[in-house]
Amino acid sequence: MIMIDISTEFFGKKIKNPLILASGVLGVTRGTLESVCEHGCGAVTTKSLSLEPKKGHEGPNIVETECGLLNAMGYPNPGIDTGLQELNGWKMDDALIISIVGKDAKEFGQLAAKIELAKKELGASAVEAVISCPHTPGYGMMAGQGTCGSITEITNAIKENTKLPLIMKLSPSVPGEVAAAKAAEQAGADAINMGNSLGPGMKIDINRKSRLPGFGMGGLSGPAIKPIAIRCVYFISEAIGIPVIGTGGVNSGADAIEMMMAGANYVGVGTSVYYRGIGAFGEISNEISDWMKMNGYAKLKDIVGAAHSKK
Amino acid sequence: MDDFEITNPMYTNRIKKILEENYRIKSIEIEHDMIEAEPGQFLMVWIPGLGERPMSIANNRPLTISVANVGTVSGELHKLKQGEQISYRGPLGRPFDLGLQYKTELKCKTTQCVSTENSKFENKCDCCCGIDEASKQESGHPKLGTGNPKHILTIGGGYGVVPMYFLCKTAREHGIDAYAIIGGRCEKDVVYEKHLFVVCKEVFVTTDDGSRGKKGTVMAEFEWLIKEKKFDWVYTCGPEKMMKAIAEKCVELKIPCQVSLERHMKCGTGVCGSCAINGMLTCKDGPVFDAEQVLKFSEFGKVSRDGCGNRKEM
Repeated sequence: MIMIDISTEFFGKKIKNPLILASGVLGVTRGTLESVCEHGCGAVTTKSLSLEPKKGHEGPNIVETECGLLNAMGYPNPGIDTGLQELNGWKMDDALIISIVGKDAKEFGQLAAKIELAKKELGASAVEAVISCPHTPGYGMMAGQGTCGSITEITNAIKENTKLPLIMKLSPSVPGEVAAAKAAEQAGADAINMGNSLGPGMKIDINRKSRLPGFGMGGLSGPAIKPIAIRCVYFISEAIGIPVIGTGGVNSGADAIEMMMAGANYVGVGTSVYYRGIGAFGEISNEISDWMKMNGYAKLKDIVGAAHSKK
Repeated sequence: MDDFEITNPMYTNRIKKILEENYRIKSIEIEHDMIEAEPGQFLMVWIPGLGERPMSIANNRPLTISVANVGTVSGELHKLKQGEQISYRGPLGRPFDLGLQYKTELKCKTTQCVSTENSKFENKCDCCCGIDEASKQESGHPKLGTGNPKHILTIGGGYGVVPMYFLCKTAREHGIDAYAIIGGRCEKDVVYEKHLFVVCKEVFVTTDDGSRGKKGTVMAEFEWLIKEKKFDWVYTCGPEKMMKAIAEKCVELKIPCQVSLERHMKCGTGVCGSCAINGMLTCKDGPVFDAEQVLKFSEFGKVSRDGCGNRKEM
């Protein structure tokens, strides 16, 4: 039985499959990041690091709905200095992506500069900048970071301070996602991650007449948002030349194939861990290979963008 | 995901009864028989507008938690009265193993047929050969030791006594003799002695100053008792350095042992990773861990994390 090879390249590093652990899931400690790799994921993204430590929002932080999760973590993290120390000397064969979150372009620049200084011992393959969080005051959507002007400014600030490849993580919640992606590309971004959680959304517990999550609203992730993510990935990928990481609602090999056919070179997976456990990555990877075998596809590149009509 | 069902719902029920255990601990009995809850599991208890905290399940019928008044959420819980609403998610986490899922299989040595414990032939195999009791062999849980436990020792340090009570109660319901060691700084810090007395074969109490029970530490009492009596399996919950010493002793004596860990939690459902210890999640892979497993964790008894994810020495 010939196994289908779904390995691919990620900024110069060969990774075993196109799956990337989404930021915010199992990414607080080095131990869990390594565990995710060992459980079959091709690349992992850390929990977003800010200049100063942050405690995040009061709980409940993650709330289950009928069709996905609402999360309002609030970027709890020990700050970039401590965060980078823990990741020093990454030795896995799988790619490490450092996620950073800042209040403005200046902060993003400072974060990038610190990563550049630590780059040699770090072993990271790329930096991912989050400008698209829907539920943290002072950051992301709540700070107007979704505009093309803001995206250009932030991308420039990061590219000026680090030579590591830059992934800009965008939001599926705002119109103009194509213009946003183009602005990032023009300013020098090396890849686009479409995208962050959708919303913000809100749940009301009818027994307590109270809002959930604890912050009062949160980003929606999981099965409900896949159609939105697919649509965004489809139109972004045909408008830009740089790679696209498609993230949003992928819970199976079929979902991953769908995301790649929409135009994603890599597939972000996060909330699936809630439904399938840490084994999700290996299982989804096998499901991708099995589907390809059963449907006569020998190579990943025959799948990526396959839904777009040939010119 | 079937039929858009929420797998981990937020329950809201009324408080049935409140017991004052001591000067700072209250037990809250809830109008909810959470029959699926097992010893070692926990709830994420929610105070709307304030937050949620993980709390050990003290009993499942009725659902009961014990809360020490030590913070914002616990402070609010202490203000609640009988009849008021309380909200929570659960049961969460990996429970203690009492070997209950492995029914003792009695095999006739001669024919290898399998009879159950409820054989209608008192001292004979259920098969036609009629071989007597002495020839029967038992099979059990391969990991935690052969055979189901008949005598267990539980050591509850501080608030760790709470899950130990649920464990002993459950053990008793299944005909397992449970022994409990509990302790505190002085008499007013010893809790659950009366509850444990009802469900245990014997309860050993220690206090640092000798104001109740034997003068000494829970650890010293354990080291004495583990040599005095034979126990099949050992369980402990309490300060991590104490649990580490107990785990090491049990591995040395080749007695199966489980510990219950505590780490700062946020989601409680295995997604965020805040509660990780050496790559394992306290909320999902734990809080119960096997001694042999946990002694391989470099962070066990040494390092935990704060709400920002900063490592801090214990």
